Amino acid sequence: MTLLLEPPIRQEYEYAVAAPGRLAVERPLPPAQRLWAQAWLRKTLILLALAGLWELAARWQGNDLLLPGFLQTARAFVDGIASGELLARVRTSLLVLLQGYLAGIVAAFALTALAASTRIGRDLLETLTAMFNPLPAIALLPLALLWFGLGRTSLVFVIVHAVLWPLALGAYTGFQGVPETLRMAGRNYGLRGLRLVLHILVPAALPAILSGLKIGWAFAWRTLIAAELVFGTTAGQGGLGWYIFQNRNELYTDKVFAGLAAVILIGLLVDNLVFRALERVTVRRWGMAR
Amino acid sequence: MVRPPAAVEPLLRAEAVSLEYRSAERGGSTVRATHGVSFDVYRSDRFVLLGPSGCGKSSLLKAAAGFIAPSAGSIRIDGQPVQGPGPNRVVVFQEFDQLPPWKTVLANVMFPLLATRRLKRADAEERARHWIAKVGLGGFENAHPHTLSGGMKQRVAIARALAMQPEILLMDEPFAALDALTRRNMQEELGRLWEELRFTLLFVTHSIEEALVVGNRILLLSPHPGQVRAELNSHQFGLDSAGSAEFQAATRRIHSLLFDAPPTAAEAIAPSRDLAL
Repeated sequence: MTLLLEPPIRQEYEYAVAAPGRLAVERPLPPAQRLWAQAWLRKTLILLALAGLWELAARWQGNDLLLPGFLQTARAFVDGIASGELLARVRTSLLVLLQGYLAGIVAAFALTALAASTRIGRDLLETLTAMFNPLPAIALLPLALLWFGLGRTSLVFVIVHAVLWPLALGAYTGFQGVPETLRMAGRNYGLRGLRLVLHILVPAALPAILSGLKIGWAFAWRTLIAAELVFGTTAGQGGLGWYIFQNRNELYTDKVFAGLAAVILIGLLVDNLVFRALERVTVRRWGMAR
Repeated sequence: MVRPPAAVEPLLRAEAVSLEYRSAERGGSTVRATHGVSFDVYRSDRFVLLGPSGCGKSSLLKAAAGFIAPSAGSIRIDGQPVQGPGPNRVVVFQEFDQLPPWKTVLANVMFPLLATRRLKRADAEERARHWIAKVGLGGFENAHPHTLSGGMKQRVAIARALAMQPEILLMDEPFAALDALTRRNMQEELGRLWEELRFTLLFVTHSIEEALVVGNRILLLSPHPGQVRAELNSHQFGLDSAGSAEFQAATRRIHSLLFDAPPTAAEAIAPSRDLAL
């Protein structure tokens, strides 16, 4: 037997190919898989599982002063909504929150636009974020109360602080990641300064900006609730944090849980309705994120 | 010696252009990319800058586009020195990310027309549709770039550039990131578009075959730093002549000019791999 194996010489073939369109290229998935592909369904199942675990744990523990169950909390929540108290608290909190959040976004945009177009702006942004980002907003509240008094301004001030730095950092990181080719393509058509930022840098950095907005939103909530918990009401009109604090003092633990649930629900709603929708019409549609 | 008639002025004139990059290494030094490069591009030329990597051909193109300022010498267009990028010199880059991913094909082609405030929205859309059809992408107007193949993305970039009706079209290895079959297709189509429109083209490539097929005039550059090695004619070659004896001879000649040694027999039979034609 020879070690040198030559592959055999074979016949050549030519085939006629079926015309495109004759072959089914796309095939629908089976219904069960299609259902499982729905993110809302999967998430609802997760939520239901969590609620079930909670209820079980509460029943097993058997002390509703320490851990009220899911059903009890749901009842307190519905009562709070029905009486209008919870809704009023949520409205107060959301108003302050939105003011601070929007002001923070405007400030962050001004800072990053400056950083994108000038070197001194870049140094300014890097220095300021390094200084202030690690500083907890709540630690500034005593100062804010001293400066602006016991009112809404103080709360807005600390929320701006909570939103501004993570958002500016995220947007700036996004700007830095914009491909050089894309910048050059923009400059090729005479775009510069603010127009380059608006037409090229902001959309190109949108995944990072969106994640900055999400982090900013979360930080704003935390700061607001914490501020209300620590320093209570402002001018008699308390928000959700004050609602939680008050009910804890009076040992209405189910109402405390209802207040926490309101924070969680708003978080879920904003994430799934606002941010998810924003992502769907922007970065997902553009193929910049999966 | 053949000279252009005295009355014809070159559209683009590069005179003793030296380009330098600032290098961050060792506390900042400058690296010379090209040294004293001169060439003239006439109207309707398909002028190719050819050379191995490191010869500064892309830098020369970026200097003509206005992204880099020469450290010595000058680049003039119609007698006016180039100062910064401008919409009369549109660049088609090699990278696919030159298309903003958040714009559809139509919006991408319309974008420069609107950004330069040259046309109103309706006129811009009409012209954009015309050019999208010209590059064979009719029906894809509302697709986003990430849904297109590499060749289609480059077609969009070419449509976007041609819709601007630039004085000079600058192409920086536009087909280098494409597969061999698509590349050949695109070269053919570029030739067809040029036959029809007679635009002025400055084309950068590292492929000898592509230079011969695409260009009518080739500037050969030597590497580190880029200096002019030769300026040759290639108007006699098209895609059909790729296998002919003259074409092979021209390839060999350029090869030996670039590498200063006649190619070995093996190389003459199988041209280097990036020349996938």
